[in-house]
Amino acid sequence: MSLQLNSVGLKYGADVIIDDVSLTFDRGTMNVLLGPTLAGKTTLMRLMAGLDRPTTGEITVDGKSVVGVPVRKRSVAMVYQQFVNYPSLTAFENIASPLRVAGLGKSEIDSRVSEASRVLRLDPYLQRLPAQLSGGQQQRTAIARALVKRADLVLLDEPLANLDYKLREELREELPRLFAATGTILVYATTEPAEALLLGGTTATLWQGRVTQIGPTPAVYRRPANIFAARVFSDPPLNEMTVTRTGGEATLPDGRRVGADHLLPGLPDGRYQIGFRVEHARLAAPSGNASAFQGKVAVTEISGSESFVHVDLGFATWVSLVLGVHDWEPGLLAEISIDPGRVFVFDEAGALVRAPDNLAARAMSEMV
Amino acid sequence: MMDKPWSNRAWFFVIPVLVVVLFSSLLPMMTVVNYSVQDTMGQNHFFWNGAAWFQNLLDPTTDIGGRFASALVRNLIFSFVVLMIELPLGIAVAICIPRHGWKVGATLVLIALPLLIPWTVVGTIWEIFARQDIGLLGAALNGIGVHYNDTQDPTSAWATIVMMDVWHWTGMIALLSYAGLKAIPDAFYQAARIDGASRWSVFRNIELPKLQKVLVIAVLLRFMESFMIYTEPSVVTGGGPGEATSFLSLDLVKIALGQVDLGNAAAMSIVYYLITLTICWIFFTIMTQLDQRKGA
Repeated sequence: MSLQLNSVGLKYGADVIIDDVSLTFDRGTMNVLLGPTLAGKTTLMRLMAGLDRPTTGEITVDGKSVVGVPVRKRSVAMVYQQFVNYPSLTAFENIASPLRVAGLGKSEIDSRVSEASRVLRLDPYLQRLPAQLSGGQQQRTAIARALVKRADLVLLDEPLANLDYKLREELREELPRLFAATGTILVYATTEPAEALLLGGTTATLWQGRVTQIGPTPAVYRRPANIFAARVFSDPPLNEMTVTRTGGEATLPDGRRVGADHLLPGLPDGRYQIGFRVEHARLAAPSGNASAFQGKVAVTEISGSESFVHVDLGFATWVSLVLGVHDWEPGLLAEISIDPGRVFVFDEAGALVRAPDNLAARAMSEMV
Repeated sequence: MMDKPWSNRAWFFVIPVLVVVLFSSLLPMMTVVNYSVQDTMGQNHFFWNGAAWFQNLLDPTTDIGGRFASALVRNLIFSFVVLMIELPLGIAVAICIPRHGWKVGATLVLIALPLLIPWTVVGTIWEIFARQDIGLLGAALNGIGVHYNDTQDPTSAWATIVMMDVWHWTGMIALLSYAGLKAIPDAFYQAARIDGASRWSVFRNIELPKLQKVLVIAVLLRFMESFMIYTEPSVVTGGGPGEATSFLSLDLVKIALGQVDLGNAAAMSIVYYLITLTICWIFFTIMTQLDQRKGA
């Protein structure tokens, strides 16, 4: 089965929720929808499931339009961020519910439920009600319900967002494996770049109801096609600055003028947006380095064995990743230097005009 | 431990509440207790009467005991009947209330309207509504040949009182249930649609279990209120015809204020109060235990 969205749009009154989205999903693939909250991930999934009708465009399955086909006639399963189970039914009955509706025989239901509960390690809890299960067990029950249905399309809407760290890691690894065996189209919505990278497959970045880029997940990460995709695929946020090139000189946001070929080699005059990720913002004590940016430490977040140091530069606050646990007190003077070979350059409209060369080449070879 | 500062200042904050409680409930209550164990020959001269009033009251073979027992049965039947109608009806109404748009406000105001009317006015409205000469309901029913007369026929009187209570209070259950339904995340309905579940199954397996806590409150409130009903029937039927709609509260007022039989009335008040309290406690215990067994 292949699911296609052709220039799909959705409007509520004057509000454009989904704007001209075209995507293709093939059988047995892992597809990530990556975007911040309100980017339209859930709405897009509702459209794919058939819960909503698009106002414009076409949704087809194997070439045939399915717009207007009611949900119950489609082969869809969905797992939500909230743990959605029938409160008055036991875990067993919850998992069996789509099969009962489908009118399957008792032995078939028993065997499918026991298989799903085995792989999701729910065996000891099958006779409990959802309220008697932990959050992780409740979500595993919901996942099992989606699994037993053997639907052609499985939509996972931030399924791990409400789980604790350990469980997330476990399930994140298991989920793609579980569904890959069924040959379904798996669509996974997330707000987290790290999760998208761990899941692999194909990623579509979403921003304000539009798909900003589609491609193999690592390739989208390494070579975002525009600044919107780069922002969506950066956590902590992308460090950005606007630079104006006039002749051989580039004006930095802090007013300094530097040689343009350093930052914007071979580009015509104009305004450019430069973006780079936290690992490419090198933090140091003030050294008088002429090309570095001076500022004051605003916040230091220590995360495991890494520290994220936020530095207020006056025109923007940049974040720098420092390995190890560091004690950069707020208020300390610091300087951030960037390697021009490591930055993305976008034009004024946001399209990528220059990516780090070596990385770009590698990404291109992967895309082919 | 030894240096723990000791201050009595907190009492200053507690005392006003204690004083209010004392005057608003404790003292009036003690007067009733006082009357229930004494008798009087007039001239404001009281003497100890032990538990005689209570023995009388709880013995159905005595005059007062018989009145009390039959009024109690009437109360229980009335509460049971109105709960059985109002609960399902209220839930049904709540399910039909629109969830979005301008219709929500309009519907909620309409539903809440009977709740905002003073109880004596509710009684008056229904008294007029039920009259067979000029009342819309009474005249219409008699016009199509149904024998209906709430001042002479006990069945008509009961029907009127029950209908009035349903009209007055179903809105409250509907509003409570509506609030409960609104709290169910949309994802549950979506999941049910994707499963292909029927409307009945959505109600039975999602809405009803999610409403359980709200319904416990609704049942408690409605039971207490209906068990203590006074104003509306006293306006509509005055307890009649005969004793047909003479509920505990109506009878109590008759004994206390009509017959100035203070001892009997005081004993009756206390027993009435204890019955209400006990039934509510039983309801609450059963319902919370049901809940706990599920959550354990």
